[in-house]
Amino acid sequence: MDFLLSFLNSMPGALGQGLIWGIMAIGVYITYRILDVADLTVDGSLATGGAMCALGISLGWNPWVALAAAILAGMLAGLVTGLLHTLCGIPAILAGILTQLALYSINLRIMAIGSGLTTKATLSVSVDKYPLMLSSRYIRDLSASNPFILLVPLVLIVIALLYWFFGTELGSSLRATGANQNMARAQGINTSWTKVLGLVVSNGLVAFSGALLSQYQGSATVDMGRGAIVIGLAAVIIGEVLLGKVFRNFALKLLSAVIGAIIYYIVITLVLRLGLETTDLKLLTALVVAVFLTIPHWKGKFAKTGKKGDAAHA
Amino acid sequence: MLELQNICKTFNAGTINEKRALNGVSLTLKEGDFVTVIGGNGAGKSTLLNAVAGVWPVDRGSILIDGVDVTRLPEHKRAKYIGRVFQDPMTGTAATMQIEENLALARRRGQRRTLRPGITRAEREEYRELLKILDLGLEDRLTSKVGLLSGGQRQALTLLMASLVKPKLLLLDEHTAALDPKTAAKVLSATEQIVQRDRLTTLMITHNMRDAIAHGNRLIMMYEGRIALDISGEEKKRLTVEDLLAKFGQATGSDEADDKLLLS
Repeated sequence: MDFLLSFLNSMPGALGQGLIWGIMAIGVYITYRILDVADLTVDGSLATGGAMCALGISLGWNPWVALAAAILAGMLAGLVTGLLHTLCGIPAILAGILTQLALYSINLRIMAIGSGLTTKATLSVSVDKYPLMLSSRYIRDLSASNPFILLVPLVLIVIALLYWFFGTELGSSLRATGANQNMARAQGINTSWTKVLGLVVSNGLVAFSGALLSQYQGSATVDMGRGAIVIGLAAVIIGEVLLGKVFRNFALKLLSAVIGAIIYYIVITLVLRLGLETTDLKLLTALVVAVFLTIPHWKGKFAKTGKKGDAAHA
Repeated sequence: MLELQNICKTFNAGTINEKRALNGVSLTLKEGDFVTVIGGNGAGKSTLLNAVAGVWPVDRGSILIDGVDVTRLPEHKRAKYIGRVFQDPMTGTAATMQIEENLALARRRGQRRTLRPGITRAEREEYRELLKILDLGLEDRLTSKVGLLSGGQRQALTLLMASLVKPKLLLLDEHTAALDPKTAAKVLSATEQIVQRDRLTTLMITHNMRDAIAHGNRLIMMYEGRIALDISGEEKKRLTVEDLLAKFGQATGSDEADDKLLLS
């Protein structure tokens, strides 16, 4: 009974985390599902978003301005990966790894700006000192400062904007690039440009998520994005496995990535209550993604042999 | 309409796999010419079409489409002038997108893609009418994913996409080779219909000598990266498979090529 109560008690926290990471998962959905590229920049750009936002706030900027700066920084990171991939011909995965690695150094520098230090691994933005947009402290409050009041509309706005964008000529050309590059080029689409654009949009969203996260937890840290790509993938895949059959509309598919992120954090909360250490989570996340990626592969394999068997009997 | 001058292309230059795929090809197509291209495997047919389409840059020579030098233009910029159908039915369409979405992408070939809607209501009606002409029942499946279509349906759709915005040049790269004979004949007759209707300047590669003779007003045969035969006008009309083989032997001084051609 105690266990159940403490689990229920931690549900709002899981939901809040899930919504914030849901925006990140949408970013991963754009590269992984629409563009068909596994972009590893996100581990770096999530922290860049967090660092940039925390820096802005600690320098006394309006939190919304700091958020915008964070998104721009993330988009810039995506631009670098995109150019490394298209202009320099580096394979997408490696291009992402290179940017991610470079961002580690950059993030340490960003967080040190104005502090007199050369590098800084953590930058605190306490809700007591700064007018934050949201904080985990009020996650159970029934007041206007409850993070859900901001997070739910934000997520819905992001989904609505992307739904509109991917319905435009430009958005369609991006989808075509991911679906079939040869066809896209034959129809006059500059696939290098659309790939760069996709990476820019995706990393902008990831930095957005990082910026919200740094405010939510009251600090940005240089390793806050470590393994982010795997969490994002987990969210996308969990969402697809559970809702893929029901959610056919594009907006709902984006929503299912958010729901996937929420479920991910509920499961994480559960296993933490069961006695696992937070440091075990990376292992667990990797296992979840590996298992969920294996299932469709094996399903396909066994389904095929099944059909062959039928044919032999016929 | 199309002017090729001394096009050369060597793959893997300087390695043990070096292959001179195009060896000084010059070719001029007048507006409305429908040229069929035949030749054995490795003769350079597909390489020629890819050179025109701009899949990679050529080593030497120049390519003009309707007087515009496109030699240095990348593939997506040349697409403004060129409609293409590929051998593999998977190549010409986006499987995970709807039929109408594929058509809408093709409708915007050669235009700047902006933040306007990717497809409009008026377009849908237009596509429904155009699909009716194909007579494959696709007009009622506008929102179906293209991946659900058969190979023949996909090739017919690709053909429609290639001609949706009238191209200055239509490139058909063995677009019926992957289809069963009955479907191939259907797609070929649809091709003939569209080419005639829009008076399209066309280059069509085929493995089938009879198709090459039956269609178009001019026939070229490639051999070792060169144009070995070029037959047009009355001579083309009277051509038979036997003539073609005999002429090819004379032109290349090779007879083993007969088998290669017939078998392929």
